[in-house]
Amino acid sequence: MGMTMTQKILAAHAGLAHVEAGQLIEADLDLVLGNDITSPVAIKEMEKMNVNGVFHKDKIALVPDHFVPNKDIKSAEHCKCVREFARRNEITNYFEVGEMGIEHALLPEKGLTVAGDVIIGADSHTCTYGALGAFSTGVGSTDMAAGMATGKAWFKVPSAIKFNLTGKPAKWVSGKDVILHIIGMIGVDGALYKSMEFVGDGIQHLTMDDRFTIANMAIEAGGKNGIFPVDALAVSYMKEHSTREYKIYEADEDAVYDEEYTIDLGALKPTVAFPHLPENTKTIDEISEDIKIDQVVIGSCTNGRLDDLRIAAKVLKDRHVAPGMRCIVIPATQAIYLQAMEEGLLKIFIEAGAIVSTPTCGPCLGGYMGILAEGERCVSTTNRNFVGRMGHVNSEIYLASPAVAAASAVSGKISCPCTL
Amino acid sequence: MQSAKGTVFKYGDNVDTDVIIPARYLNSSEPAELAAHCMEDIDKEFIGTVNKGDIIVATKNFGCGSSREHAPIAIKAAGISCVIAETFARIFYRNAINIGLPIIECPEAAREIAAGDVVEVDFDSGVITDVTKNTTYKGQAFPEFMQKIIAAEGLVNYINRK
Repeated sequence: MGMTMTQKILAAHAGLAHVEAGQLIEADLDLVLGNDITSPVAIKEMEKMNVNGVFHKDKIALVPDHFVPNKDIKSAEHCKCVREFARRNEITNYFEVGEMGIEHALLPEKGLTVAGDVIIGADSHTCTYGALGAFSTGVGSTDMAAGMATGKAWFKVPSAIKFNLTGKPAKWVSGKDVILHIIGMIGVDGALYKSMEFVGDGIQHLTMDDRFTIANMAIEAGGKNGIFPVDALAVSYMKEHSTREYKIYEADEDAVYDEEYTIDLGALKPTVAFPHLPENTKTIDEISEDIKIDQVVIGSCTNGRLDDLRIAAKVLKDRHVAPGMRCIVIPATQAIYLQAMEEGLLKIFIEAGAIVSTPTCGPCLGGYMGILAEGERCVSTTNRNFVGRMGHVNSEIYLASPAVAAASAVSGKISCPCTL
Repeated sequence: MQSAKGTVFKYGDNVDTDVIIPARYLNSSEPAELAAHCMEDIDKEFIGTVNKGDIIVATKNFGCGSSREHAPIAIKAAGISCVIAETFARIFYRNAINIGLPIIECPEAAREIAAGDVVEVDFDSGVITDVTKNTTYKGQAFPEFMQKIIAAEGLVNYINRK
């Protein structure tokens, strides 16, 4: 029986010629990631282990990004714990404020994730790096601790769902709309424990930033990982950003999939996930009522990349946010921030009445920098719209693309840029 | 291995880690502090009424969302002895095993057991008994190596013993 792309990467990292879905394996890790919320717990766990230091100082990435710049004293203590651990263990890839970015935008940009890698991260959106043809998956702090100590992790080999993407997306349709459509179709547990393998000639019409967004939200369908084939665009991205050797794996012709879906990207429309689950999707033309909005957030590990800011700026240029609207734009990394400045995007945002923040996960998880009061509504380019995720338990989050978010900031209600 | 016996708190589908422990409390990683806010966004009564040994029963996709290990830590520190669900989100599943919180998948039990029932779980056999209704269910028993991790009260102790 043939193997899926994911199974081949896992087999190679477990030193096995062949693996099958359901098999328990121990795999070598190319990178172990943690942030300021998950790392302190991992560090505490690692200190209980009978080990001397980390398995490899270059293969661990520590990115304080959730409550950074420190939002309060307790957060500052967590960051201090991570900083001191990084110093003590001479961790190469520790990113201080000034160098940091939102982890899943930062690591590919820094060239730390390449095709063929096996990566674990104590953050559920670690699945993002599948856009480059790596196996990457979110774990908890104890797995992170064991990974830092031993360079290994146990996995149950996943079965897979194949998504055959065809056609070319229409104007204002982005990677966010593709993944929201898929989650709406299969549900928040539709890919539970499974790989989501994306194939098809439609992929050539998706930018790297689109692919990062799609792989990023595999977890929102319950997926273990999302993964794309490695094409010329992915190779040129890796050559631009990394000096590391990459390895391209392809699924076997006779690989077995639990399910297969074909999605015509040309037929997709801007899509919005209504409260309180990412699967509650409606296309923009299905929204008949006026849904008034108090806040818009454009950013996060899902949609804080350069393409996202460019699209938002295109919508906001020579326009102004609605009266009373709070529009928060968060470039995901310092490099993206700088590039956005050089391209004049930040000027467009500020002139439109939006604010621009230093990189942080802050509002996405209701940490800080945009908390919602009771009854307030937000259109957000982030990834989760659970009860209380961005603030009060009686606030509402509508997940959408940067284009829809920016258009909604201008009109004050959920809107398509095509109607402005 | 041990068994669990306690009164049931019942929840529905897709109980996410943001409601198990909201991110506004993640500036702490102390189990007792986390437990004090466990489930508060979906069940304000939980923390005031839970007793040591009690059991959570939920339907599909329990623990979906964030990878925060603070979620199973909060549940365990609140005194919960076992979580029974139709299915678990995969990161939560790993995290629960890794910190030694017993969890069992059993769709029938998850659907039929009601809030307030007294339930007993035998971890070795995977047998779940609803003492109140006098019914039994066969849950999925843990694979051997997971049983060892749970018996060692978590992955760290397990690695140390190896």
